[in-house]
Amino acid sequence: MSTIEMKHITKVYGDGFKAVTDVDIDVADGEFLILVGPSGSGKSTLLRMIVGLEDISSGDMLIDGQRVNDRAPRDRNLSMVFQNYALYPHLTVFENIAFPLRLGKNKLPDDQVKKMVGDIADVLELREHLDRKPANLSGGQRQRVAMGGAIIRKANAFLFDEPLSNLDAKLRGQMRTEISRLQRRLGVTTVYVTHDQTEAMTLGDRVAVLRRGVLQQVASPRELYEQPVNLFVAGFIGSPPMNFLPATVGDGVLDMPFTQVPIPQEVSAVKNKGDLVIVGVRPEAFEDAALVEEGQRAKGITFQAEVDVTEWLGNEKYAYLPFEPHPDVQAALNELDRELDGEAMRTQLVVSLDGTSKIRQGDSAELWFDPAAAHVFDAESGENLTRDEAKAAEIAEESESDRKRELERAQQREGSPV
Amino acid sequence: MAAEISPKAKAWLAVAAVPIIIYTLLPIGWILSLSLKGGTSINDRNYFPRKWSWDSYKYIFTGGAHDLFVPALINSIGICLIATIVGVALSAFAAYGIARLEFPGKRLILNTALLTAFFPAISLVTPLFNVWRSVGLYNTWLGLIIPYLSLTLPISIWTLSAFFRQIPWEMEQAAQVDGATSWQAFRKVVLPLAAPGVFTVAIISFFTAWNDFVYATSLSSTPGKAWHFDGAQTVPATLGYFTGKSNFIPATGFVAAAAVVVTIPVVILVLFFQKRIVAGLTAGAVKG
Repeated sequence: MSTIEMKHITKVYGDGFKAVTDVDIDVADGEFLILVGPSGSGKSTLLRMIVGLEDISSGDMLIDGQRVNDRAPRDRNLSMVFQNYALYPHLTVFENIAFPLRLGKNKLPDDQVKKMVGDIADVLELREHLDRKPANLSGGQRQRVAMGGAIIRKANAFLFDEPLSNLDAKLRGQMRTEISRLQRRLGVTTVYVTHDQTEAMTLGDRVAVLRRGVLQQVASPRELYEQPVNLFVAGFIGSPPMNFLPATVGDGVLDMPFTQVPIPQEVSAVKNKGDLVIVGVRPEAFEDAALVEEGQRAKGITFQAEVDVTEWLGNEKYAYLPFEPHPDVQAALNELDRELDGEAMRTQLVVSLDGTSKIRQGDSAELWFDPAAAHVFDAESGENLTRDEAKAAEIAEESESDRKRELERAQQREGSPV
Repeated sequence: MAAEISPKAKAWLAVAAVPIIIYTLLPIGWILSLSLKGGTSINDRNYFPRKWSWDSYKYIFTGGAHDLFVPALINSIGICLIATIVGVALSAFAAYGIARLEFPGKRLILNTALLTAFFPAISLVTPLFNVWRSVGLYNTWLGLIIPYLSLTLPISIWTLSAFFRQIPWEMEQAAQVDGATSWQAFRKVVLPLAAPGVFTVAIISFFTAWNDFVYATSLSSTPGKAWHFDGAQTVPATLGYFTGKSNFIPATGFVAAAAVVVTIPVVILVLFFQKRIVAGLTAGAVKG
């Protein structure tokens, strides 16, 4: 049980490349923190600095209030699960799990080791595989062995470096819930690196979004989703990603493709008529106008548009609506897309409709959305002009109390296995 | 995985292998035969001995050649084992450093190591002989162990560093996070994983020293007395000093017997290590 504090952490490589720049994150005791970002965002480097495999160029790393910058990995008492598990192929599953207990500092007598490994094998359902070698195990089993080795020691914190990226989609989902359950049950501070926003959203108490080594936002998944600080975070979180529509400031309205929306007060305060902004609306914010109740309908905006393609997924239906973007904004959006590991596709609006919607491809459809769900971003800096700080703080408070309650409940119910 | 070979192809391969096996085993069989022929029947021009006898073996172990052969055998075993163990240890450390660390002069070390292996032994023997005599290493165990080390270290370092490079660094980092010191990580993780390489290097080092004739014959003069360690001549060099019981009986039989005796450890080693090497190679990687 520990806290991890990162204070102005910076990593500069020998060739002058800045991998991590001035990152400040506090991880609370028992918290599950996710480091997320596209490749090259410095998230793995940051994790390796926590565990001590990478030197810290400047800044302070505190574990339980003690500065650990100059401590060797073995003296930090952390457990780590590597991307390809780093199991020892010459040792059996039993010895792999018991490995940390065989070393000088935490050496234990044989019968005690046997009991502890047995307990963990039961938790992870590895009992019948203890005598096998890692080479003979399936991907999911190897993953569990790696976790076994990590939890057998009373480590101050768990660190995961993209642990699920080698598994197929189905197993990834199962292991994800498994990790979540285990973390709650053990109540151990956890830092988890991933490039997958689904993992980030589902696992994390809080998520730190990194972009080119710079921390963009640390917040609960809900806050990231509802109150992103900038274009990058807004585009990274959510699937399908948020729609970015170029808009020009008009008389009390924002002119954007398909329709107009009333200009929010925060925007009119800083922008003049004719200025360019980017309006971000999540696909989920749209609905087939035919399915919206009358009362609801008046609150939002209804517009007509040509539907190019639809995809029906059972519970929902995606519709794609192409539009001609403003050339100035297009460059910025393409740049963002590249950074998010995407390919600059055709510009189109993606809307997620109810599964019962009758809209077919090729139709001219009537769509509805609530302008309150839209965010307006500065076209140059990407900053979110409509972020509601008070609302964000409220969400943060709620998530924090949720987390504490969950943790307590999980431990009362299951008890600590080790 | 090797492709499945059809039974027909298998049969043909076996047939093709027979002449090769005969070709390679013929001289070995001959040596064996010579060592088992008794006394005067050495020159009877038969491949198989007519009369079997252990006389030659008795002669080299307990008979007239006893004082020559037994100390030479002790020298051979002792010198080769020490040279192998020291060589493997040194090359393991050197190769680990070269595989894991970035330091100026790394390439220089590797290339210099290779360079030393280029010189033919015979060109080094005369200067070594002079140096060894003046520093008192002539005809000592150490005087042979040192040249054997310099002979085997380059190839050992190259082989082992290639093996170490194949071991994912993550494995070692995982060990360090688990609480291992650098030494523990090396001993418990890196070395066992590189076991096939270590065995390969050990076997090469041992054979190089065991079969060496040039250094042994030039840098030593006598095998000394058994267990007195007052000489360093090894079996290959000593064989030439064997004489018959009388001028009319050639020493061929005794030389053959000695040759058979020194071949046995080699055969045992190959059989033993071969299994280990194959086992190590097939142990399997982590990622699937």
